[in-house]
Amino acid sequence: MAVDLKAVPKLCCQYVAGDDSLVMLLQEVQGQYDYLPAEVLKAVSRELGVPLARLYGLATFYRSFRLTPRGKHEITVCTGTACHVCGATTMLEHLQRRLQVASGGTTADGRFTLVSVNCLGACAIGPIVVLDGAYHGKMTPDKADALLRTVGKGKEKDRDKKGPRRPAST
Amino acid sequence: MIATKAKLFDSPGKLEAHRAKLSKARAGKPCLIVSSGTCGMVNGSGALVEALQAGLKELRLTGKVLLRVTGCLGFCEQEPLLILRPSNIFYPHPAPKDVPRLLKESLLGGKVIEEWCYRDPRTGEAVRDIRRLPFYERQQRLVLGMNAEVDPCSIEDYIAAGGYAAWTKVLAGGSPRHVIDEIERSGLRGRGGGGFPTGRKWRICRDKPGDKKYVVCNADEGDPGAYMNRSVLEGNPHSVLEGMLIGGYAIGADEAVIYVRAEYPLAVRHVLAAIEQAKAHGLVGENILGSGWNFQVHVSRGAGAFVCGEETALIASVEGRLGTPSPKPPYPAERGLWGKPTVINNVETWANVPQIINRGADWFAGIGTETSKGTKVFSLVGKIRNTGLVEVPMGTPLRQIIDDIGGGVPAGRKFKAVQTGGPAGMIPESLLDLPVDYESLTAAGVMMGSGGMIVMDDRTCVVDVARYFMNFLREESCGKCTPCREGIKHMLGILTRICDGRGAVEDLARLETLARGVKAGSLCGLGTTAPNPVLSTLKYFRDEYFAHVVDKRCPAGVCTALRSDNDSLGEKREKGANKNG
Repeated sequence: MAVDLKAVPKLCCQYVAGDDSLVMLLQEVQGQYDYLPAEVLKAVSRELGVPLARLYGLATFYRSFRLTPRGKHEITVCTGTACHVCGATTMLEHLQRRLQVASGGTTADGRFTLVSVNCLGACAIGPIVVLDGAYHGKMTPDKADALLRTVGKGKEKDRDKKGPRRPAST
Repeated sequence: MIATKAKLFDSPGKLEAHRAKLSKARAGKPCLIVSSGTCGMVNGSGALVEALQAGLKELRLTGKVLLRVTGCLGFCEQEPLLILRPSNIFYPHPAPKDVPRLLKESLLGGKVIEEWCYRDPRTGEAVRDIRRLPFYERQQRLVLGMNAEVDPCSIEDYIAAGGYAAWTKVLAGGSPRHVIDEIERSGLRGRGGGGFPTGRKWRICRDKPGDKKYVVCNADEGDPGAYMNRSVLEGNPHSVLEGMLIGGYAIGADEAVIYVRAEYPLAVRHVLAAIEQAKAHGLVGENILGSGWNFQVHVSRGAGAFVCGEETALIASVEGRLGTPSPKPPYPAERGLWGKPTVINNVETWANVPQIINRGADWFAGIGTETSKGTKVFSLVGKIRNTGLVEVPMGTPLRQIIDDIGGGVPAGRKFKAVQTGGPAGMIPESLLDLPVDYESLTAAGVMMGSGGMIVMDDRTCVVDVARYFMNFLREESCGKCTPCREGIKHMLGILTRICDGRGAVEDLARLETLARGVKAGSLCGLGTTAPNPVLSTLKYFRDEYFAHVVDKRCPAGVCTALRSDNDSLGEKREKGANKNG
């Protein structure tokens, strides 16, 4: 599948102006394409005269960068210490079996991407599973199954919703 | 309550006048406080706020009663909390459908509705006043206390609560040297885990020649099980910003970077909002408060690498390079960001600064122990009744934190260990009377760390936890130096073998040798502290290792391969874990 490279020069201009670091640039590229397509990294490398190896190095060093597209839905399992002692590993293994996918991978039908994260810092409600940006606390394998069943039944959340939404004071 | 029309303050006097005006307008108004940090939101603070808004409208009280949506108030177990002011009546997670009655009886009638009150699990008595809640009663909340007073998205709230007063005080009177003297005299030490004296760090940077300097806020809180910084950034971002303004002024920096972890989306949003508001009010930017001094603040989002919490790696990451640490010296205070002298402090350290300026070094130095001053925030999590954020004076015994404030482990279970400061080491029951300060914990072979405190009960296997940490650190080791990269991998291999029932007695000595090697030979804090979970468990829980390697038994019933003869126990354990979780 061809990737549209039109956005590349615009994404690069802040770096050229000296306002962005390469890490920030890659964050913006990922913000635009949802992952770091190889074609785009090559185009960025050409545009800036930065070796592709350097971009690839950054993209593989930092955990938040993806080199492959995500599935339609993203499930994140927190595996921080507090979640671990409350059963997060069991949960992660359960989801891996259930979805037939390794941590970090996407299901064959492209519906789900399963990821683990070291700590979301919401330890009071662990084990935590985040489905498309919405946090679900005190999860059990049964509750996780129930949660998966809600997907595609009108209860879907926008995957790119950046974290929980906060009510306002008056 | 986001400031729609920004008021630009061009002198400290204008800011003070505005504060007086705000206080007058708010005086005597009742207030409803809803805690809405990440935990609060997950537990339904949104629906509660909507119900309160509707209820106030019904009673024609909109505008006459303040409704304040705050960040985390620390009592995470019971989020969202609703606090009524001035009565201080509070209800843990009230149901939206109960709001009409609650407003009529408690807000208008001043009556406590007993059946909705929090009950002290020990006495069974209803707690009517939030200040009498055992969880809060024994704390001293200097850094976290203001979270209840401010909507994190409202600079007006922060100003009304006394915010930026320290900053005007510094601009009005204190020379930069005087500020550094004050911080040095207060005895404040770095809260990120290192414990380096903050004032001394500032002085080193100040004394370094050069016209370009930086201040950096380390908000890359990566220690699993630690979320003190998230709570401060989400709940009171201006306090950190004010600390950085003061620090920048003191060392002569005109630029600041706040490096926030990517996993904290709400914290990033609130920090960005706080910077925008401070700019609009003339508190950040050019010619601040008419002083002629300029100060720019940027946010750098982390990209998910634990090692970037190490200051030299953090600098590399901000500069857009691989986040690998470099040898020290030179320390960042001498040669930091872009090669310029840079002061890097943790979120909590910065948040302490305005208080020290406001209330004086002597006041601060009066709290804590001989060598560790002030308070420390801990996140108390794991197998504990009152999960939450706890702030206590330095030197408070661990037992007091875990039993009196935390309420101990859930009923029917037995305390086994507490793990402090990220991967910093496991403390057994016999050492619970240890005071928490930098020196005492280090002497016990563990560390203060950044403040994560994970409580484990008798159904937690310490060997499994040590393995968990080695697995985490193996993934997070940047790979630059060999002892850390290879040593952790081999420790993980041995621990996995032990957990799988294939361990031998000799493995314990091998583990110990490896651990000491990694500790001695690694380049940065990640590697030098990585062996702590292994060394501390070998020291304090050697019996449990022997049970694994000799008897091929996991006393806690966690290690699956060693559970063959008592599967029922394993099942029970899982059920218990879910219930207690």
